[in-house]
Amino acid sequence: MKKMSKTTKNNFVTYLMVILIYAAAQTMAVSGSMSSLMQGLLVPLCAYVILAVSLNLTVGILGELSLGHAGFMCVGAFSSAFFSKCMVETIPAAGVRFILAILIGAASAGICGILIGIPVLRLKGDYLAIVTLAFGEIIKNIVNILFVGKDSNGFHFSTKDSLSLGLEDGGKVIINGPQGITGTPKDSTFTIGIILILISLFIILNLINSRSGRAIMAIRDNRIAAESIGINITKYKLMAFSVSAALAGVAGVIYAHNLATLTAQPKNFGYNMSIMILVFVVLGGIGNIRGSIIAAIVLTLLPELLRGLNDYRMLIYAVVLIVMMLFNWSPKAIEWREKHSLKSKFKKKAEEV
Amino acid sequence: MSFVSYLINGVSLGSVYAIIALGYTMVYGIAKMLNFAHGDVIMIGAYVVLTAITSAGMPPAAAVLAAAVFCTVLGVTIERIAYRPLRNAASPLAVLITAIGVSYLLQNVALLIFGANTKSFTSVVPIPAVTLAGGQLTVSGETIMTIGACIVIMIGLTLFIKKTKAGQAMLAVSEDKGAAQLMGINVNGTIALTFAIGSALAAVAGVLLCSAYPTLTPYTGSMPGIKAFVAAVFGGIGSIPGAMIGGILLGIIEVFGKAYISSQMADAIVFSVLIVVLIVRPAGILGKNIQEKV
Amino acid sequence: MKMKKVLAVALAAAMVMTAGCGGNGKEEKKADSDKIRIGAIGPTTGGAAIYGEAVKNGAELAIKEINEAGGINGVQVEFNFQDDEGDSEKAVNAYNTLKDWGMQALLGTVTSGPCVAVGEVAQGDNMFLLTPSGTAVECVQYDNAFRVCFSDPMQGIESAKYIGENGLATKVAVIYDSSDVYSSGIYEAFVKEAENQGFSIVAAEAFTAESKTDFSVQLQKAKDAGAELVFLPFYYSEASLVLRQAAGINYSPIFFGCDGMDGILAVEGFDVNLANNLMFLSPFTPTSEDEIIKKFVTDFEAEYGHTPNQFAADAYDGIYALKEAMEKADVKADTSVTDVCEGLKSAMTDISIDGVTAKALTWEANGEPSKAPMVVKIADGNYAVVE
Repeated sequence: MKKMSKTTKNNFVTYLMVILIYAAAQTMAVSGSMSSLMQGLLVPLCAYVILAVSLNLTVGILGELSLGHAGFMCVGAFSSAFFSKCMVETIPAAGVRFILAILIGAASAGICGILIGIPVLRLKGDYLAIVTLAFGEIIKNIVNILFVGKDSNGFHFSTKDSLSLGLEDGGKVIINGPQGITGTPKDSTFTIGIILILISLFIILNLINSRSGRAIMAIRDNRIAAESIGINITKYKLMAFSVSAALAGVAGVIYAHNLATLTAQPKNFGYNMSIMILVFVVLGGIGNIRGSIIAAIVLTLLPELLRGLNDYRMLIYAVVLIVMMLFNWSPKAIEWREKHSLKSKFKKKAEEV
Repeated sequence: MSFVSYLINGVSLGSVYAIIALGYTMVYGIAKMLNFAHGDVIMIGAYVVLTAITSAGMPPAAAVLAAAVFCTVLGVTIERIAYRPLRNAASPLAVLITAIGVSYLLQNVALLIFGANTKSFTSVVPIPAVTLAGGQLTVSGETIMTIGACIVIMIGLTLFIKKTKAGQAMLAVSEDKGAAQLMGINVNGTIALTFAIGSALAAVAGVLLCSAYPTLTPYTGSMPGIKAFVAAVFGGIGSIPGAMIGGILLGIIEVFGKAYISSQMADAIVFSVLIVVLIVRPAGILGKNIQEKV
Repeated sequence: MKMKKVLAVALAAAMVMTAGCGGNGKEEKKADSDKIRIGAIGPTTGGAAIYGEAVKNGAELAIKEINEAGGINGVQVEFNFQDDEGDSEKAVNAYNTLKDWGMQALLGTVTSGPCVAVGEVAQGDNMFLLTPSGTAVECVQYDNAFRVCFSDPMQGIESAKYIGENGLATKVAVIYDSSDVYSSGIYEAFVKEAENQGFSIVAAEAFTAESKTDFSVQLQKAKDAGAELVFLPFYYSEASLVLRQAAGINYSPIFFGCDGMDGILAVEGFDVNLANNLMFLSPFTPTSEDEIIKKFVTDFEAEYGHTPNQFAADAYDGIYALKEAMEKADVKADTSVTDVCEGLKSAMTDISIDGVTAKALTWEANGEPSKAPMVVKIADGNYAVVE
């Protein structure tokens, strides 16, 4: 057998880790040793892992700070939930309907990514960050004033309220402004979520290790040098950004089809969520895809597992977050860890011998 | 006439954004970090003033002073514990995330101490409202005070940075930390001083924010904090006059958007204008556009 | 590269540890199997924490009283309140936590959006659900769900009727939170009913969660349109700002609110004169002379140091309704979730309680309570019921 290259091996470990987590979780679920809380968390975890991995493409590989990732998730969630709600009767097979919903969610978020990427990617650094934040908030605001209804005459749209849709009797409101979409079919399952994680990983890891991926990283490391050797900056930036957006849309689809109600609140689709996803990425290691997966899992589980602390729950969560950041990122902590890590001790011993 | 009154409303709202943005931009300009916890320091400042007035019975001026001192200590402590260890981290994002952690921490500490219930803040501004045009227009005392404070702080900060040794040290640190250190400047001390001033400004901003919009909850600071961040970027982040202009413009745009386009779309309008401005002037209104060199 | 590896290991270790804790949580559940377990969900952190905190306090007070009086069917009650941060997904997590704990019936959730999400899951589990304050129509769409409060459309319609029937105004302006389920739900029903009531909506202005400090434009528009009454279907915390800003521009129409307005006088430091002549639809007045209410208010103040609002009152009644229904259905500590649910479903329509939010409070099978809203008017810093 040909010896695997280091990156291939590394990627292989990542896939294996996801599959092992899946196997472990499934075994626990089937044998009945998993709490309802954990069972309920499996699907959201898949959504957060995909969000973290996809944002890492923008932040780690493309090297641009985006604070609007939840906006793309929102687009994916609403477009797919809208589709599923309309098609519940037309396409009764949940599997087919959900696959179509995923494609629709990914496509609409990806298109939004391209449309937003064209103006946004001209900017740099914190200015780019604030504009992505702005777009995220605009998306949330627009979703909140969107009213769509359906009756025998077809679809009706309004940006005012559901009364001005002018529906005839028997018509139903599908997107009801701030009240969002209720009654989305619960199509998301853990297995589909894991398959989507693996597909996302496959897309991202292959992109990173392809010619395009190297071009994207060249832009990150030195834009001018990359330009001077003939790399089309706009094209590659846009490619990374829209792929990242489309995958966030997929996460949105999973999110929307897991809850019976979908509303665009600051909590789930606002800048708070965008920042939360960024926290996953930075804590897990910028550019480190496997780290993002682990960080997303740890930080999603943490507040749930701290429930026993009652009132102190979120306080402790904040403290743990700060301590983890200091531990992972501070140069002094890194130095200390290297001095005391098992590996360096083995090395020292080897040297002594 | 309604146009003028909308304009006045816009300036009132904008002046609050401006005074918060001044603290934001000051810290960003020198320490080169987005202090997401700034809005929450503002909230803490407001709680200190409220407690000092209602529980300790202090006169408003003394309460504001106490809050400024408290926030200064708080700001310096946060900087020392949470930000300084990460100053030389491999990515500048590390400290940004820690700032978010600090923001959660402050909110939850306030929630535990003061509870979730809304507290109504009594204005500490002694200036009465001014009525113009035969009572059809009113400019509140808070607005006058806030704008006055903005101008004083803006001039004060500019003079401080231009004329004093500590201010010059700040400029040097913001240009090049390594070189500043070689010139014998105490970089850690200078950045701590920046945080001290920024946090004292936050206390003042908190008092004025809550005097103008007198409800106080543990989450009062976060939204104005983000808006002020937008305002600071709008004006060119790092630029002190830019923060003031950005803040006031943001307030005016928000109010005009609500008044003349759609009140449901107010946020979308504000952010759209921001995007257009940044696309035309990628470094904000007064920001310096630094050309990259090979 | 090395650093990243160390980091991955550290995080993985953390994960294993947390997963371990998750396993432990499960074993705690059987600890108190000789008690009836009632769970509750609401926000105690985040922007909506005010409402969750109130429900928590109101419910805990009722539980304490019930336990002191000997419990339900002679069995002590254990109460567990979980935080949902006002978010649907977190609410489902909270629900699952309570399920692991062994919850037999649920009081909650406090806010509408999460309530719909939890309602769906609860229906699947056949878990009985009584929401103290989830006002959206869909909150009680399944037969296992009931509520203590009024529904959004009902509040909108009743408000419009009251304004129309009493001829309070012919020109009405509405300011509402277009990013909130509760507020926009009432707004829509109100506007719809207004057509039948002979007054016109001259201005309908929105605000959002992101810009809820400055109401000058909305008020100015209402003033310019000559509105004699401004309808404010949102919570008292924002309303206190609206009242102050209206006074700032010398605009004094009749202000009319919904049940979310209750509690405005309890805001610490609020200038009560601003709220003079404010009217709102409410099921509860803390200053009432009624014995039950008086006792509730006194006990609540002694326990928590402030006056209860309508959220606390709804929660208090909710717990007593659960008690009454559980007694009727003969619920014991070891009754299964499904049996509790089936028992309570039929018992709920039979019971009648004298609560703090209504006398002889009864329920329909569709989950709605039958109680008449009162219109409360604030005069001289006090609530007074208008007839």
